[in-house]
Amino acid sequence: MDKVFSEYSRKGNSAKFEVIAMSCRRPEHQAPPEIFYDETEARKYTTNSRMIDIQVQMSERALELLGLPDDKLCLVADLGCGSGLSGEVIEEQGHMWIGVDISPAMLNIAREREVEGDLILGDLGEGLCFRAGVFDGAISVSALQWLCNADKNDHKPHIADERKKSSNMSSDQSKRDNNGSYLTLLSDSPMLIFQARGARAVFQFYPENSAQIELITAQSMKAGFSGGLVVDYPHSSKAKKFFLVLMTGGPQQLPKALGDAETAEVAKAKFTTKREKMRGLRQGKSVKGSKSWIMQKKERRRLQGKEVKADSKYSARKRPGHF
Amino acid sequence: MKLVTHNMLSSKCLKGVVKGFPLKIHAVEVKTHEVEFNKEQVIRLIPKLEWPALCEAAESLGELSGLPPDVGPDFEGDEDFLKKAHHILFEVDVVNGELECPETGHKFPVRNGIPNMLADQKDHSADS
Repeated sequence: MDKVFSEYSRKGNSAKFEVIAMSCRRPEHQAPPEIFYDETEARKYTTNSRMIDIQVQMSERALELLGLPDDKLCLVADLGCGSGLSGEVIEEQGHMWIGVDISPAMLNIAREREVEGDLILGDLGEGLCFRAGVFDGAISVSALQWLCNADKNDHKPHIADERKKSSNMSSDQSKRDNNGSYLTLLSDSPMLIFQARGARAVFQFYPENSAQIELITAQSMKAGFSGGLVVDYPHSSKAKKFFLVLMTGGPQQLPKALGDAETAEVAKAKFTTKREKMRGLRQGKSVKGSKSWIMQKKERRRLQGKEVKADSKYSARKRPGHF
Repeated sequence: MKLVTHNMLSSKCLKGVVKGFPLKIHAVEVKTHEVEFNKEQVIRLIPKLEWPALCEAAESLGELSGLPPDVGPDFEGDEDFLKKAHHILFEVDVVNGELECPETGHKFPVRNGIPNMLADQKDHSADS
């Protein structure tokens, strides 16, 4: 599910994202999740090593953002657990989990793989089927975007015009009205993690466009959360990952995103002529091929989340000439 | 479905249900299998549990086997009690059966150890 669905450009410091290209490869547009993830698709998902890698990486990052205490065993809800890939990461960190998913095929595979957590077939869009205040935290990997579509007759697409109307509603009312399915999930989560003050819920998701991001953050703020969006590697179109971090219990510092630095501006092609090169030098830019240039380039690629060799005293050292 | 999960489940996702807890278990097939005893896990879980509901669930499965009706204040040192609690929480697995909502009487099927908490009565076991 790590297709680059849409590209965003960053506008100044306002951190607003604007869609410049959209692809029709988003699986949530093809069918509702319980239909899309049938036997073959679920099998594919769980045997594809690339998908597994990405899922595991994102689950690890989500758990990191969740910030559970290391020394205490916690109970984590995995919303949209699928075949239990993210659950296994929770197990590795020594916590317990209970997973909810809407695809029976995915859950059967999770059961086959003998994951430790217990599994429940449930619709996140209908609200969570848990008693209040039992979990220490919740994670959700690549599930939230599935809830932004109106798949059933009683789902009303939650469009911008309706937002005003729903903002006057209490979360309880909107649950009954089933007004935009993910809204129910977001207004339910504080109950879920109510027990531990300062507990968090982390949702990794693939937003479709800036309106969807705004809608999701607005709904979660309305439901009484603090928190916000953490965007890892915002300058890379491939490694960019969106994490919605919701927190209860007073204002807290939002965790820092990876690879976000103001210096990570994409450089243009430079120094084609000597004159431009000299002008660049005067402006304090480094010469192409020089040590400082190489160091800058490595830094830039690091910020994009790419694999870069560690710096050492040999980095960018001139090689002896062969002839 | 382990009983620890049953203790967390509620039928709140149904319309008009206020509490929806505890769900009644009508078990058809129950399996027990050994799970490694983790003392810390049980100690951490017990304050989160609704103990009477757990006892009720255990009784309906005929697995009560000397579980006390109340949790003592110093349960953490009681190894025997913790082992019993561990057994009932993690080793008893409801594989097939039904869960019943205490308020509406709505039935949720359990198939292959996975409770189906979907509100619309579609039994997915046929296609899986």
